[in-house]
Amino acid sequence: MSFSAKDIHEQSPWQEMTPGGEIYEGGTARLTLTGEWRSNVPVWEPDKCKQCLLCAPFCPDSSIPVTDGKRLAFDLDHCKGCGICWKVCPFHAIHMEQEVRS
Amino acid sequence: MSIRERLSGNEAIAYAMRQINPDVFAAFPITPSTEIPQYFAQYVADGKVDTEYVTVESEHSSMSTCMGAAAAGARAVTATSSCGLALMYEMLYVAASARLPITLACVNRTLTGPININNDHSDSMGARDAGWIQLYAENNQEAYDNYLQAMRISETPDVRLPIMVCQDGFITSHAVENILLEEDAAVKSFVGEYRPEHALIGRDHPLAVGPYDTCPYCMEHKVQQAEAMKNAKRAILDVAADFEKTFGRKYGFFEEYRMEDAEVALVLIGSTAGTAKACIEQLRARGVKAGLIKIRVFRPFPMEEVAQALSRVKAVAVMDKSEGNSAAGGPLFAEVRSACYDLDRRPKMIDVVYGLAGRDCAVEDIERVYRHLLKIAETGETGPRYIHMGQRSNQEEVL
Repeated sequence: MSFSAKDIHEQSPWQEMTPGGEIYEGGTARLTLTGEWRSNVPVWEPDKCKQCLLCAPFCPDSSIPVTDGKRLAFDLDHCKGCGICWKVCPFHAIHMEQEVRS
Repeated sequence: MSIRERLSGNEAIAYAMRQINPDVFAAFPITPSTEIPQYFAQYVADGKVDTEYVTVESEHSSMSTCMGAAAAGARAVTATSSCGLALMYEMLYVAASARLPITLACVNRTLTGPININNDHSDSMGARDAGWIQLYAENNQEAYDNYLQAMRISETPDVRLPIMVCQDGFITSHAVENILLEEDAAVKSFVGEYRPEHALIGRDHPLAVGPYDTCPYCMEHKVQQAEAMKNAKRAILDVAADFEKTFGRKYGFFEEYRMEDAEVALVLIGSTAGTAKACIEQLRARGVKAGLIKIRVFRPFPMEEVAQALSRVKAVAVMDKSEGNSAAGGPLFAEVRSACYDLDRRPKMIDVVYGLAGRDCAVEDIERVYRHLLKIAETGETGPRYIHMGQRSNQEEVL
């Protein structure tokens, strides 16, 4: 039986899951917001940023979108707050803050 | 029409493999299963099969190769024994949990140590909880017939579990006996093609196999696996029924030999059944109502059916050809005694661990077990439940 990833969640009974956890489609990581694991959050300071783009390829996930040769604001959906972008930024245009959730 | 031949058990398995022409054979040699990849390599060299014959560097890799191939949508096979199976241990569980139908010809050999190459069942019994279906054979004919049925059972859509086709090392694997082989075309038609619903290769849709399974999902997948093993019971009987219709030889979960009026019975696995049958005939000639249950299917274990078959017997000896090291009996004893718990009238039951590491078991040895059972049936005293037979000792042993 084929089930789509979006229909399988933590309340799914075993009869409504794929055998062995097989996944029959791509890009299903979008369905799981792993950014919820984060305790530190990177903060971008655009006025200090020279758009050197060193941060984007160092990001282990997909949290620094780049369009037309320029990085945009952080996409925090999958950011774990690892701080690599802060570490590699030569211009101190990224700093880490304690995550605050309302 | 069946063909009369004489083959060893290993030859019979390799012959069945040639007839089936699997997509992938992951080969690594280990005594006493080595001849299977050896004979098959000749078929490859002679162009008799178009199988991808992958010579790997270990059994961990042979099982990994089979898993990759099966996930890709191929029919994958391998053969191994003893420490080779042990080296696959991690992968056996992954293959089963990823629900990959793989066929493994297991030529049973004791699991080291002390190091020894002879037969007992400690290798496959050690893998009994890995999630594999396990079929056992008494002789070369059953090894061949089980192999022809294995893939259809394993590939059944609501089963999708890997399968071990076991035979006794040397005793069955190397002894040449008469055998009925089936014609290539009939075998191909019976076994059919493997067409999984999902596969990594040759499909329009992507597939991920074996992803990390977090706590909220993993238990559900294990329950699915347990359900699949229950479904395997039906699949085994369905395939056996079609096998009987096609080739005329009958199979079930176990063979009942002279059980119709048996008062004392053995439950055992594998080639010792031949010895036990010879003993039963001798005893029956002297009026002893002896019977035998020869287990063919150990996983899934036919609990209710075994209990039913033993429900009218007075005393039973379960013969374990592997030591469970539980201080309470071997693995077959644990299953059979558990099966009988729900009976209103339970037979007296003992476990006889025998034949370890190739220790011989002759008709006289089996007769001693039946004589002991007769005494238990007569006195109503079970005595020691967990005993060994065949070892030298400087004190008086039960058997």
